[in-house]
Amino acid sequence: MSNAHAANKSVLWDWLTTVDHKKIGILYLISGGFFFLVGGLEAVLIRIQLMSPEMAFLTGDMYNQVLTMHGTTMIFLAAMPVIFAFMNAVVPLQIGARDVAFPFVNSLGFWLFFFGGVLLNLSWFLGGAPDAGWTAYAPLSTQSSGHGVDFYVLGLQIAGAGTLMGGINFLVTIINMRAPGMTFMRMPLFTWTAFVTSGLILFAFPALTIGFFLLMFDRVFEANFFDANMGGNAVIWEHIFWIFGHPEVYILILPAFGIISEVVATFSKKRLFGYSAMVFATVLIGFLGFMVWAHHMFTVGLGAVANSIFAVATMAIAIPTGVKIFNWVFTMWGGRIKFNTANLFSVGFIPTFVMGGVTGVMLAVAPADYQYHDSYFVVAHFHYVIVGGLVLGLFSGLYYWYPRMFGLMLNEALGKWNFWTFFIGFHLTFFPQHFLGLMGMPRRYFTYPAEFELGSLNMISTVGAGLMSIGTIIFLINIVVTHVKGEKVSGDPWDGRTLEWAIPNPTPHYNFLQTPLVRGLDALWIEKMAGNKKMTPAEPVGDIHMPNNSILPFVMSLGFFIAGFGFIYFNTAGTPALIAVIVGLGIGLACMFLRSWIDDHGHHLHKEDLLKEDKGVDV
Amino acid sequence: MNVGERLTDENFPESPEKATLEGKNKFLGFWLFLGGETVLFATLFGTYLGLRNSFGKGPEASEIFQLPIVFIATMILLTSSLTSVYAVLALKQNNVKAMRAWFYVTLLLGVAFLGLEIYEFVHYVHEGHTFTSGAFGSAFYTLVGFHGGHVLFGVLWIASLLVRNSGRGLTLYNAPKYYLFALYWHFVDVVWVFIFTVVYLMGKVG
Repeated sequence: MSNAHAANKSVLWDWLTTVDHKKIGILYLISGGFFFLVGGLEAVLIRIQLMSPEMAFLTGDMYNQVLTMHGTTMIFLAAMPVIFAFMNAVVPLQIGARDVAFPFVNSLGFWLFFFGGVLLNLSWFLGGAPDAGWTAYAPLSTQSSGHGVDFYVLGLQIAGAGTLMGGINFLVTIINMRAPGMTFMRMPLFTWTAFVTSGLILFAFPALTIGFFLLMFDRVFEANFFDANMGGNAVIWEHIFWIFGHPEVYILILPAFGIISEVVATFSKKRLFGYSAMVFATVLIGFLGFMVWAHHMFTVGLGAVANSIFAVATMAIAIPTGVKIFNWVFTMWGGRIKFNTANLFSVGFIPTFVMGGVTGVMLAVAPADYQYHDSYFVVAHFHYVIVGGLVLGLFSGLYYWYPRMFGLMLNEALGKWNFWTFFIGFHLTFFPQHFLGLMGMPRRYFTYPAEFELGSLNMISTVGAGLMSIGTIIFLINIVVTHVKGEKVSGDPWDGRTLEWAIPNPTPHYNFLQTPLVRGLDALWIEKMAGNKKMTPAEPVGDIHMPNNSILPFVMSLGFFIAGFGFIYFNTAGTPALIAVIVGLGIGLACMFLRSWIDDHGHHLHKEDLLKEDKGVDV
Repeated sequence: MNVGERLTDENFPESPEKATLEGKNKFLGFWLFLGGETVLFATLFGTYLGLRNSFGKGPEASEIFQLPIVFIATMILLTSSLTSVYAVLALKQNNVKAMRAWFYVTLLLGVAFLGLEIYEFVHYVHEGHTFTSGAFGSAFYTLVGFHGGHVLFGVLWIASLLVRNSGRGLTLYNAPKYYLFALYWHFVDVVWVFIFTVVYLMGKVG
C-alpha cells in the first residue's frame, strides 16, 4: 500500500516528492499565499510613501524597486499560483478524475514556479531588486544598472516555464480524463474557466518566454534587439510583452469568474442561470483576450487605424462580461441566498468588478486614453479589476473549498470581519485613485508637491490600505484559529452541487474509489434530487493505477535555479558564473535523462486493500 | 497486459502510441506543446521580420547568405523527416529492426544538418556578421540558433531513446516515446521551411 509506504519516509520528503495534485495544490496555496504577503507588504510601503506630499520614507531607486516588485510579485508569484492551487485542488475532482494527466509534470511545474519566485526575491539581498517596472519596458530595462533586471528576467523565465507546463497539464486532464457522462456541456463552470485559462496560458506564455530571452540576450550577451543605436526597436518589447500581458489579465480573471459561478449557485440553492451562455461567454472572452494587446500602446503612435481596431475589440469584451454579470444576478434572483463568508465575497465581487469594467471601457476609448494614460486613473482601474475581481474571487474560493482542501471549516465570525474590513478597505484605497488620476497624478512617481492638493485623497487611500491589511491579518488569524480548533467537517458541508463534494473527508489520495457516472449538469445535485445517498458508480471496485513519487522535479528545478544565478552574474563574475551555468544546466539535463532512462510504470492499489481501507466511511 | 511487456504481432494494437490512457495523454499533451512552440517561433519570426534590415555594423543579408549550402541543409533536414515517417510506419507494423534503422538514419541526417549549420555560422562570423554587430545579427542568430537548439535537442532525444531501448522490443510504454519524437522532428522541420523562406530567400531577394 502506498500509504504505508509513504509513512516510512519523513513528512518533508513526502512533500518534496509528492505528485498528488491535492498536495501540490496545497503547496501552491502556501507559497502563493506567502508571496501575497510579501507583495502586500510592498504595497503598504508604497502607500506610506504616497500618504502625504513630499514624504521621504521611500524615495528614488528604492521606491522603483518596491514598485516593480509589488507588481511582479502580485501577478506572477501570488495570483497565478493561488489560481493553480485551486485548479489542482478542484478540477480533477470536479470532472471525476483520479489524477491529473501528468502528475510528474505537475510537480515539476510547481517547483519551477517556486524556485523562480525565490530567485527573483533573492535580488533584495543581493544588491537590489529589479527597478524597471513590472512591464520592464525597454530601453529602461536594458539600461538599468546592477543585476536587478537580470533577476527579473531569469526568475520569471523559470517560473514561467512551470506555468506553461501547468497549462498543458490541465488542458489534457480536462479533455482526456473526464468521468463517463461528463460531457463538455456538463462540466462545472470552474472547470470550464480553468480550461480556457489553460488554453490562454498555452498561447500567451511562449511569447513572454521569447521576450525574456531577448531581454536577457540584450543585457547579458550584448545583443541589440532593443538598442536603437544598433538598429534595435524598443516597441518590439512592448508588443511581445502585451501579446502575453493582455491575455494574462484574462488568465487571472477567468478562474475568478468560475469561482463566483460555483459559489453563487451553491448558496442560492439554484442551478447557474444561463449555463451555456456562461460557457460561451468564457470562451469568447478568452478569444478576444488575444485581440486587444495594443490598447496598452495607444499613445505609442501606432496610428489611427490600429488604435481604432484595438479600441473596438477591447470594448467588445464588455459584452460577454456583461452576460456573466447578469447571469450571476439572475442566479441569485428568487434563490434561497445564504450570506456566509464565501458568498459575501462573491456578492461583493459583482458590483466591484462592474466598476472596474466600466473604467476599462473608458480607457478603451483611444482619444480619451491620451488623457488617462499613465495616470493614477489606470492604477485605480486595474486594481479594481485585479483586486476587486480576482482577489475577492480567490477569497471566496478559499472559504468555499477550504473544507475540501484541509478538511476544516474556516471560522465564520472571523470570516465576516475579514470580508468587511477587506472590502471597505479596498474601496477606500482605490476609489479615490480614480479622482487622483483625473486631477493629474501620474503613476510610478514617488512623490507630489503640496500645492497640487493631492494630499487628502492620498491620505484616504493609505488609510484604506491599512484597513485591507487588517482584513488580511484577520484572515491569517482565522487560519490559525481554524487549525488549532481542528474541527473536522463532512465531505459535503455546503450541500454542494458538483462532484468535488461527492467524496469523503479527508479526500482519499485516489480521489474516487469508483469513477462516478455523470448524468447531467450539477452531477451530485441530480443524484441528491433522485434520493440517492451517493453517486452512481460507472465501474465496479477494482485496482487503481497511481503514479510514483519522485524527487526529480525538485532537483531539476534546483538545477535551473543554479543556472539562473550563473546567467545573472555572467557579465560580472566571469568563471564562477560560467561554472554555475554549466553545473545548473547539467543537473537539469541529467534529471531529464534519468526521467527517460528509468522506466516508471507507477503502482497499483489493490482492490482488497481499498475495500478494507474504505470500510466505515460513508461515501 | 502490463505496459512494460513486449508487444507481439498477435496483441499489437492499431495505434500503440495511444493505446493506454498515459499514451493518449502524452499524444494530446505533445500536440498542445507544439501549439505553444508555434507561438514561440512565431514571436521570433515577428521579431526577425521587424529587424531584418537593421544591419548595424555588420554586412547585409544578401551579401553573406550562401544559398547552395542552405539548400543542401534543407534537403538533408526534409529527408530526415521522410526517414522518420518510415520509422513510424515500421513502428505501426511492429517491425522494430526497420524502425530502429530508420531512426538511426534520421539521427545521422540531423547531425549532418547541425554540422552544416555550425560551418555556416563560423563562416558568417568571419564575414563580420556576428550576434552583436547589429539588430539583424541578434535576430538572425537567435531565430536560426533557436531552431538549431531544437535540432540538437531532438538528436540527443532520439539517441538516448535508441540506446535505452536497444535490445528491447516495442511496448505500450516506449511506443509513445518514439512516436512523439517523430512528431517533434516534423515540427522542427516545418519550422525550418519557414526559416528557409523568410530568412534566406527573402534575405537574398530582399
